[in-house]
Order: sequence, then structure tokens, then C-alpha cells
Amino acid sequence: MKSGNIMIVGVGGQGSLLASKLLGKLLLEQGYDVKVSEVHGMSQRGGSVVTYVRYGERVYSPVIDRGEADFIVSFELLEAARWTEYLRTGGCLITNTQRIMPMPVITGAMSYPEDPVQSMLAAGIRVDALDALSLAEQAGSPKAVNLVLLGRLSRYFDFGMDNWMSALEKSVPERFLEMNRKAFALGAK
Amino acid sequence: MKQLLLGNEAFARGLYEAGCSFVSSYPGTPSTEITEFAAKYPELYAEWAPNEKVAMEAAFGASLAGKRSFCGMKHVGLNVAADPLFTISYTGVNGGMVIGVADDAGMHSSQNEQDSRHYAKAAKLPMLEPSDSMEAKDFVSLAYEISERFDTPVLIKMCTRIAHSQSIVTLGERKYSPAKSYVKNPAKYIMMPANARQRHPVVENRLAALQSFAETAYCNRTEWAEDRSLGIITSSTAYQYVKEIFGDKVSVLKLGMIWPLPKKLISDFASKVERLVVVEELDGFIESFCNSLGIPVEGKSLFPEIGELSQSAVAKALGVNTPLGIRLPEAIPPRPPVMCAGCPHRGLYYVLQKLKLTVLGDIGCYTLGAVAPLNAVDSVICMGASVSGIHGFNLANEGASDKNTVAVIGDSTFMHSGMTGLVNIAYNNSNSTVIILDNSITGMTGHQHNPTTGYNLKGDPAAKVDLEALCKALGIERVRVVDPYDLKQCESVIREELSVDAPSVVISRRPCALLKYVKHAPALRVDPDRCVGCKMCMKIGCPAISIAAGKAKVDNTLCTGCGICQQLCKFSALEGEK
Repeated sequence: MKSGNIMIVGVGGQGSLLASKLLGKLLLEQGYDVKVSEVHGMSQRGGSVVTYVRYGERVYSPVIDRGEADFIVSFELLEAARWTEYLRTGGCLITNTQRIMPMPVITGAMSYPEDPVQSMLAAGIRVDALDALSLAEQAGSPKAVNLVLLGRLSRYFDFGMDNWMSALEKSVPERFLEMNRKAFALGAK
Repeated sequence: MKQLLLGNEAFARGLYEAGCSFVSSYPGTPSTEITEFAAKYPELYAEWAPNEKVAMEAAFGASLAGKRSFCGMKHVGLNVAADPLFTISYTGVNGGMVIGVADDAGMHSSQNEQDSRHYAKAAKLPMLEPSDSMEAKDFVSLAYEISERFDTPVLIKMCTRIAHSQSIVTLGERKYSPAKSYVKNPAKYIMMPANARQRHPVVENRLAALQSFAETAYCNRTEWAEDRSLGIITSSTAYQYVKEIFGDKVSVLKLGMIWPLPKKLISDFASKVERLVVVEELDGFIESFCNSLGIPVEGKSLFPEIGELSQSAVAKALGVNTPLGIRLPEAIPPRPPVMCAGCPHRGLYYVLQKLKLTVLGDIGCYTLGAVAPLNAVDSVICMGASVSGIHGFNLANEGASDKNTVAVIGDSTFMHSGMTGLVNIAYNNSNSTVIILDNSITGMTGHQHNPTTGYNLKGDPAAKVDLEALCKALGIERVRVVDPYDLKQCESVIREELSVDAPSVVISRRPCALLKYVKHAPALRVDPDRCVGCKMCMKIGCPAISIAAGKAKVDNTLCTGCGICQQLCKFSALEGEK
């Protein structure tokens, strides 16, 4: 049985909890042992947030440590750059190219790295970057960034589309289903 | 049926399955969801109490009435409830009583990193400690059995990684425990000195009986490996890190009951392994116990007392190699939490820092007024400390700080423990100015109702505390209300209240911008011809405003059109939609 570690990183309030919930449901249905570790409370107020999804025959630790992630799915570019150390050798970093300025940049105390994708590539990191915000807007809502990114992640797995869609149906209210399906499809394309 | 459940959700399921019927709690990360999920079962009565002491006493009352009861709180909440805790230990229970306490190693959302296991020892109460969601659910049933069999409240200790991690749980049915009837028993339930002296020996005998129970309780188990060169005693999330690194290759004594600890079980385990190591988060609690038994053990010489453990921390301490990842060479700016765009606290804090006031702060989202660029807060200790503290600060300064010092406290925090401090200000007459940041919700813990919102935990209409009338009733004659989106009004009212020689309360009232019923104005736009790049609008620390190419830029996905930045712009460069 395969095992894997997926880290979802972003800015508090971007909707990464839904993405991890959906992944948890999908992996559970595939018969894996699963652990999903979330962050609640203060960090949700615009701070850097990270969620861990682990699966395999038997999962012990609920968290992913340095050098252990098979995938990092990042909702924001700076957050992708922050967590590269957690990617294992040969792992893949999927990132939204959206930039959200953190307070030290807004106040002018520090600057936002010029081209994080370039520095990641230069460091030998496998990067799959996409403008998930535009695709989400195309699907009908900027809030659908999470489904666009999951769509992109689905390219790397051999689960059937019906498995993904069934997990989606269990994770979002019916009135948002159509829009989220569209966002997923745009990310997967 | 198998489900993936958050530790706290599994805990709530455990309450349901164990036949608990009364839940009273105060929200606090990482404990909040236990009570929120419990409230979803129609069979359970569940409520938010104004604070943890009230919650624990209410749960005790329900136990006295013969029902299985529960109260939940975060680690610092147990400090608030410590008074009833130590004496309920003496009285024991009627219906089973379980107390949930969630520690926050790493301080993801807390003001300290205390280790709640010490409370079990100090109050002479049993404490269980689950290591995943399945145990979080199952240990609740075990806790009620222990509670009723040994006539004691039982603590269940969670931590952030157990509370906020989902893992697989097999659901069971609800077992209805028949309610016991209440029988008057003054010697057991009236803790006046003569009776309490009779009860203390009962407590000590109970502890001894519980220690024997712990020797064979199913929640304590030894997992023998063929190799006995290393034996590890561990519990909670540390157990998972140990198993992650070693799998079944080392022998492990996994403790699910953390107090009282099983002497014989530990001694037997210690005698059968060559090297004994305790892996535990925060203090060396199990380690000290081993030391008291004269068992040579390594623990805090290998692991820190500070912060969370992880699999790599366990690996490094025990000489196992771990993988390394690639770190980018450039400096990555940190992303601390901030007040949200449209947060009503922002305008108020801008005024406080503009007036260069000393600000005694409190616990909630508004603690974030302490960070750059507002830097508007001078102290934060615990729930209610702003109101009590300003009284001492002003009296000690003998009038020198009355005109330039305020206390700020949120609506829920004021209900929790701000009121008593305000009574002290009125009663002992300090010329203090208290600002209640009334955003009509308990914000930081994720939008829980409280006695000022007019709704209860289940979302039904409830009695609503009238803050103005309450403050007046407590003895404060000057009570003013301001809109924190109106900077001029805030400034003039605060100046006025600071200038008068009388205690006063200013209520800064506007609902949290994240509440679903709050309608946002369209995002503002920057007129590049008018913007001179003076950065006045940057002084409020709004995450929706940044500077690009020398001009202000508004992020239209974040901006709620609150208009605070507009009031600061001298060039009318920020425009609302017409």
C-alpha cells in the first residue's frame, strides 16, 4: 500500500481547511489510514497557516516534518517559499502565483521576494505554478482557489474523477457544487 | 461505521455515546469544538457559560442532580476553574463528571504554555490522556466509568495536535446511563471544615485505589518489541512521534492514564529494558515520578521543556537520522496574524496610538492591536486583567496616569471576568477609563455567542445583557457609546472621558466584519492622480492596503469598504463606489 504526505499552506482565511477535509474524505474512501492536522485560533487571522494530510497503511504522527512532504500545495507564493524545507527530495510543490503582502512588507520593514518561483527552480525544487485566482474567478468565485489547486494536485494521482467528485459532494453545500466542480476541472486541465 | 473525525469532534461523540446529558463550557483554543460538536446532538443539553468557573460549577450541579455532566476549557481556563476543581475533588460526584482541558504546547493561540497535568496531581484527581481521535472518543466512556466507580470528577487532557487533528474513529451507539436521584448528604456535599476534614482521607484513599486501578487499566499498555535495549515511556501525541520513528522496533509503555501513575507497571517495564527514556511534551512529569521511585531514566536531558515535540525531535534526541529539505537562500518575511480588513478594532486602536495612551490590553482578537504598525498595547496577561490592572496602575501613579491610560477588553472577555474589575474601579474609586470593544461575538475562538449577543450556543434567542445598564449598575456613572469606524467621534469621546475626574466606560460598538449578517461596502479604489504616496493610510495596518510603485494600492478581494483609511487621507485619493 502506498503512503504519502501532503502539506497545504496558505494565509489564514484562504480556505485551506476545506481542501484538507476533502482530501481526508477521498483518502479514507480509498481505504487508507488518514490523519489530517489543522490550525485553528489566532493564526487564522491572516497569519501563515499549514495543514498536514498523511495517509498510508498505518499513520502515526499527525504532522509532517522537514524533508517529508511528497507534495506541498500552496495558496500563496510567499508561503510556498517559506515551506520548501518540508518538501522531500523529488517532491513537488504546487503553488498559486497570487501574492498577498504580509504585514512586515506592508509596513516596509521587509520586502517581498522578487521572483520566488525562479528561486525555487534555481534551488532545484520541482515547481508547478499556476494562477489559481484567475481560474477561480473564471469558475465563478475567487474563493474557489482551493478547488483549482486540488484539481491541479489530482493530475499527480491515479484516483478516478468520480472519487474526487464524490469527496467534493461530501465537503461543500449543494448550492456551491457546480462552481466548485468547474474550478476543479479548470485546475486539472 | 468509520469516520474521519477531529479529536474534539470525537470527544463530543464520546460524550454522546457515554450518555452525558449536560455540557457547560467556555470557548478557548484548542478546546472549543468539543462543546460546539456536543451541541449538535439533540440529546445533549449544551451551553456556553460566562467563564470556566461557572461552567465547572454548573456541571457539578448537574452531577449532583444525578446526570452525567461535562465541562470543557483550555489550559488557562482551568486556572479560572481551579477553585471548584480542588473542592469537587473532596465532595466527589453523584452522576459521573468529566472535565476536558486542552493544552497548547507551542502556544499556537495562547498566552502561556502551562502543563495541565500538574493540576491532576495537585487536586488529587485522575487524568486520562488520549493520543488520537479514537482514544479521545473511547476515553470519555472510560472516564465516566472511573468517575462513578471511584466517586470522583475525571480530567481528560487534550493538546493542540490531538484536538485539531482528524483521524479514523469507529462510531458506537449511545448508552443511556440511568440518572441517579439526588439524596441529601451534608457530610459529603457541604465542605465546611468539620466535613472537609472527614473528606480529605477519603480523597487519599481514593487516590491509592485509583493507582491500583491504573496498574491494569486498558488505557495503559506495554508494546513489547524483540529488542529490549531501549524502552520508551510516553503518552499523548509524543507516543505518535515515537511510533513514527521506531514503529514496532522499540518497546513502549504507552500511558493513557497520566495520573495517578501505575508504580508497578512502570517498575516492571523499567526492569526489563536496558535503557529507559521518557518522551513527553512540556514538563518532565512522568520523569519526576520515575525519579521518585528511584528508577534511573532519561527525559528532559534529551528533550526540551519548551514548545511542541515532533518526529524529528524524537529522532534527533535518540540518534536517528532524519531527512533534510531545501531552504531558500533569501529572507522570507514572516506572516504574523493581523486584524482582518474591516475589523472594527482597527479604528479604535488608531485613535489610542494617535493619542499616545498607555493601553492595558486583554485576551481576544484585539490583542493584535499590540503588533506593528499600531503597537498600541502595553500589557496582556489573562482574561479580565486589563480592567483590574488599570485600577492598580492609576492608584499607584497617584493621579499621574489617569489622563493618558485606558484599559481595553472585548465583550465576551468583559462578561468572563471584566465585570468584577469594574466593580473594584467603582467601589474603590480610581479615575480609570475602560473601553469595551463590543463586536457582538466571541471572535478569536471562531464566533461563539455570549451573554451580550442575544443568542445561546444552540443559536436560539436568549436574554441579552445590556452593557450600558450593566456598567451603570456596577457603579460607573459615565458610560458612552462610540462607532469605531468614526475616528473623529472616537477621539473626541475618549479625550473627554480621560479629562473628567470620574471613572468611565466607553463602549466601542460594531459587529465583527467576519459575521455573516454584516454587509460590506464595495472595495475602495485609489485615484492615482490624487495619491501622493504619503503612506498615511498605511498607519492603520490594514492587510488590504499596500504600496506599489509609490502609490497606495487596495486589494479588492480583502477590502470591506470600512472607510477608516479614507478618513486618514488628506488628498481624498481613496474613493468609494458611487
